[in-house]
Amino acid sequence: MRLRWLAYPYVLWTVVFTVAPLLLVAWFAFTAVQPDGSSAFTLDGFRSIVAGDRVPLDLLGLQEVFGLTVGVPLYVNVFVKSLQIALLSTLACLLFGYPAAYLLARRRARQRGGTDLLLLLFVIPMWMNALLRTYAWLALLEPNGIVNTVLAAVGLPKGQFLYNDFGIGLGMVYNYLPFMVLPIYSVLVKVDRSLVEAAEDLGADRRRVFTRVVLPLSMPGVMSGVNMVFMPAMTTFLIPNLLGGGRYMLIGNVIERQYMIARDWTTASALSIVLLVFVLASMRFMTRYEKGNEGGGVLL
Amino acid sequence: MKLGRAVRGSYLSLVFVFLYAPVAVLIVFSFNAAKSRSVWGGFTLEWYRKLFSNAEILSSLRVTLIVALLSAAIATLVATVTCIGLDGLTKRRRAVVMNLTYVPIVNPDLVTGISLMLLFVFLQLPLGFVTLLLAHVAFNIPYAILSILPKMKQLDRHLYEAALDLGAKPSQAIARVILPEIMPGVVTAMILTFTLSIDDFVISYFTSGASVSNLAITIYSMARKSVNPQINALSALMFLTVLVLLLVVNFRSNRDLGKTKEGRTR
Amino acid sequence: MAEGTRPILELVGVNKSYGDTQVLTDISFPIRSNEFITLLGPSGCGKTTTLRILAGFERPDSGDVLFEGASLLDVPPFKRRLNTVFQRYALFPHLDVFENVAFGLRLRKTPEAEVKARVAAALKTVDLDGYGKRWVDQLSGGQMQRVAIARAIVNGPEILLLDEPLGALDLKMRKEMQIELKDMQKRLGITFVYVTHDQEEALTMSDTVVVMREGVIQQVGSPTDVYNEPRNAFVADFIGESNILPARMEKDFEIAFAGHRFACVDRRRAEADVDVVVRPEDIVLAPPVEGGLNGVVTSVVFKGVHYEMIVECDGTEWMVHSTDQAAEGDRAALVFGPEDIHVMDRSPFSPDAHGILPADLAGRAARASADEGDPDR
Ligand SMILES: Nc1ncnc2c1ncn2[C@@H]1O[C@H](COP(=O)(O)OP(=O)(O)OP(=O)(O)O)[C@@H](O)[C@H]1O
Ligand SMILES: [Mg+2]
Repeated sequence: MRLRWLAYPYVLWTVVFTVAPLLLVAWFAFTAVQPDGSSAFTLDGFRSIVAGDRVPLDLLGLQEVFGLTVGVPLYVNVFVKSLQIALLSTLACLLFGYPAAYLLARRRARQRGGTDLLLLLFVIPMWMNALLRTYAWLALLEPNGIVNTVLAAVGLPKGQFLYNDFGIGLGMVYNYLPFMVLPIYSVLVKVDRSLVEAAEDLGADRRRVFTRVVLPLSMPGVMSGVNMVFMPAMTTFLIPNLLGGGRYMLIGNVIERQYMIARDWTTASALSIVLLVFVLASMRFMTRYEKGNEGGGVLL
Repeated sequence: MKLGRAVRGSYLSLVFVFLYAPVAVLIVFSFNAAKSRSVWGGFTLEWYRKLFSNAEILSSLRVTLIVALLSAAIATLVATVTCIGLDGLTKRRRAVVMNLTYVPIVNPDLVTGISLMLLFVFLQLPLGFVTLLLAHVAFNIPYAILSILPKMKQLDRHLYEAALDLGAKPSQAIARVILPEIMPGVVTAMILTFTLSIDDFVISYFTSGASVSNLAITIYSMARKSVNPQINALSALMFLTVLVLLLVVNFRSNRDLGKTKEGRTR
Repeated sequence: MAEGTRPILELVGVNKSYGDTQVLTDISFPIRSNEFITLLGPSGCGKTTTLRILAGFERPDSGDVLFEGASLLDVPPFKRRLNTVFQRYALFPHLDVFENVAFGLRLRKTPEAEVKARVAAALKTVDLDGYGKRWVDQLSGGQMQRVAIARAIVNGPEILLLDEPLGALDLKMRKEMQIELKDMQKRLGITFVYVTHDQEEALTMSDTVVVMREGVIQQVGSPTDVYNEPRNAFVADFIGESNILPARMEKDFEIAFAGHRFACVDRRRAEADVDVVVRPEDIVLAPPVEGGLNGVVTSVVFKGVHYEMIVECDGTEWMVHSTDQAAEGDRAALVFGPEDIHVMDRSPFSPDAHGILPADLAGRAARASADEGDPDR
C-alpha cells in the first residue's frame, strides 16, 4: 500500500515524546545549573551516589542479628534496601500467587466455556485505583486500626504494622499480586490436558506430573509475572509515601523527592538513569527465558 | 482427597478475603459518622453529601474525565492513522518504529513521568492542563497501536487495492474498506486508553504542575494530609461504577458468545 | 493368528456416557497377547473413549477392564503397564527429543547409563538416531510421530495404545509408517491396540479388527472375516467398496435380489429378509444374455490398477472393478458365482428394499418394511 506517509507524523511524535525525554534525563544527569544560569557538564550527580555520606547498610534488620555494620553511601543503601523489598515482595507474590493461579486454572479447566466468575472476582479489585487500594490498608494497619483492634479483642499483643518493612511489603504484595497471578493463570489454562495425561501414562504420579510437566510449562508465565511485579515494586514511590509515613525511603520516593522537593535535578536524574538501566537489565535477563509468551496481554 | 479439596477451597477463600478486606473496610467506613478510618461511630451519609459539594473533588473529576476522553480520542486517532501507514514501511523501519513504541510500555512509570516533565520544562511549557493532556496522549498511543495493529495484520492487503481498482479514491478506500475491518481494534484501543488515563497517577503527578489536579492527585494529597472519609465515599462510588461496568461488559460478551455458538450449530 | 492364547486385556460390558449421551454401549472384547488389534469406525463412534478407558484416563460407568484376569479399574494410569501414543502426539514442548523419550525412564529412577542406552536404542528403532538434541517443535509431523512412539516403547510396555497415530501424515508418509509400525510390532512382540477410521489401514495392519458404530460393536474378527463375511450392511459398507442389496432367502442355497433368483452357499430360514453384499472385484462383465442381470455401463474411471465402472440395471447402480475396460454406453451382463454372494442379517443399516426384489416379492417386502417402522439410517 502506498500509505506509508501516514506513519510519518507518529515517527516525529516518538522522537519528541519518547526519545527526547529520555535524552533529557541523561542531559540533566550530566549537567548542573551554574550561578549565572547556564548549564555546565558535571559528574556530581553520579559522584554523590557512590560517594555520599556513609550510613550503616540496612539488611532488613538482619545486620543487627549478625552484629555487623558496613558503611555504605546513603544512596547505595537506599538502592540495596529497595532491591531487598522488591525481591521479597516478588517472592511473596510468587509463593502466594502460584497456588491461587493453579487452583483458578484447574477450576477453569473443569468448567469448560462460559465466563470464569472467580477470575472476574479476582480482577475486580485491580480496577480500583492503586492509590485507593493502598490507602485502604492504612485503616487496617494503623496503630489503632482494625487489625490491632481484632488482635486486642482476642487477647494478643498489638503489633506495629505500618511505617516499616512489613507494611511496605504487604502493600506491594496486595497491589501487585494480580500481576503475578494473571500471567501464570493464562499459561496454566493453556497447558494441553493431553500432556498431563501423557505424563501419567509414562508413570508420573500427581506430584511428579506437577514438578516435571506443569511447573516447567508454566515458567514463561512465572517469568513474566516476576517481571510485572518486580518492576513496579522496585520503582514505586506511592507505596512508601503512603504506607511509610514520610520516613520510609525507597529509591522511588527518593527520586521523587529529589525532583519535587529538594529540586536537585542532577542527582535525581543520575539516580533515575541508574534505576532505569538496572530495571531494564534485570528485565532483559528475565525475558531471555521467556519464549514467545504474551503474559501481559491478559491484564485487560 | 476430601481434605485436599477443603484445603484448596479455603486457600482460595483466604486469597479473596485478602483481596477484598481493604475494599470492604473502605466502603463500610464511608458510612462512618466518626471522622476515623478505623473506629466505628455510627451510620451517616454525610461524607457522600460533602463529596458532592466538594469543589476541589468535583473539578478534579472533571479534569480526569476530560483528559481521559480527549487523550483516548487523540491517541486512538493517531494510532489508527499510524497503523494504516505502518503496513507500507519496510521491515527494518517498521521494527525501529515498533521498538520505539515499546519503550514507554517497558519504562517504569516513574521514569516516563519524570522524563516528560523534563521535556516540558525544557520546552518551557508551563505545567498544567496542556502538559497533562500531552503526557496522557504520549503514554496512551503505544497501547492504542498495540490494540489496533493485530487487526491491521489480519487485513487482506488486496482489499485496499481492490477498492482503488473499483474507482475509490484513497480516502474513500480507507473510510469504506480499511476502517470497518479494523473497527474492533479501534474500539478496544478507545476503551483501553480511556481506562488507562483514568487510572494513571504517577505520570499525572509529574506532569500536571500545581494548578491542575486530576482525581488521583487530589486523592493523593488528601490522603497524605489527614484522615478524610470523603475519600472512602469516593472509593465506594468508584468501586461500584467499575463493578457495574465490568459485569455489564462481561454479561454482554457472554451473550454474544452464546449467539455465535447457536449460529454455528444451526 | 493368536486364537488359542488367553486375553492379556479384556473389556467386559463397558458402558460410558457423557451427560445424557451414551458414548459406549456394552463394549466387550478380548485383547490377546502379541496381537495387533484395531478399533475401526467413523468419527465420533467412541474409539478414543474406549482407548482412554483402557489407559485409565476415563472410568467406565459400568463394566470392567481386566488385565490378566484382574480388574484394572482402581489402578491409576501411572501404574498401568501400558503406554499410549496420543492422537496429537502430546510431546512435551519444554523438553528436547532425548528428554521426551527418557521421561518415563527417569520417573523410574533408571541409572543414567541405562537411560542413555535405552533412549538411543528406542530412537534407533524409530529411525531417529542423532535427533536427541532437537527440540520437538523443530520436527516434521512424521518425526514427532516417531518420537511419540519411541517415548512409549522405551518403557517396555506390554501393551501399546495408539490413537490414530498416522492421522496427521500425508499419504506417502502414512504408507511408510504403516509398514514400519507393523514391522516394529512384530519385532518387539508388543500387543498393539490401534485406533483408526481408515478401513484400508485397519485391514492391512491388523490381526483383529473391531468395527464400531455409535458406541456399539458391530463385528469383531480377522480382516478377512470382516471383509468377506461382514455381519451386517454397515460393516460391509464401511469395509471397502461394496454392492449391498436387500434380499430374501427363497430356501437353502437360493436367494432373490435385484429382480432375479441366484444360487448361493448359505442356508437360512426360507423367506427370511436378509441383505447381500457383492464385492465389485467379484463381478465379471459379460455380453448381455436373455434372463441375465443386464445393464448399461454409465461411467468408467481408471484407478491405476483396475477400472472402476458403474453399471445401471433396472435403476440400481452396481459398482464393478475390472482390469478389462468397457466403454460408457455398453450393454453388459453382470456375472458372479454363488460363493461371491455374502448373505447378512438385516440390520438398521440395510438399504431401502423398494423396487429391487422380483415383482412377485415386492408387495411382501413393502409390507415388511412398513412393519419395521422407522429404519434408522
Ligand atoms: N469429554 C467429553 N465430554 C462430552 N462428550 C465427549 C467427551 N469426549 C468424547 N465425547 C463424545 O463422545 C463421542 C465419542 O468420542 P470419541 O472421542 O471416543 O470418538 P472417536 O471415535 O475417537 O472419534 P474420532 O475418530 O473423531 O477421533 C463423541 O460423540 C464425542 O462428542
Ligand atoms: Mg478419536
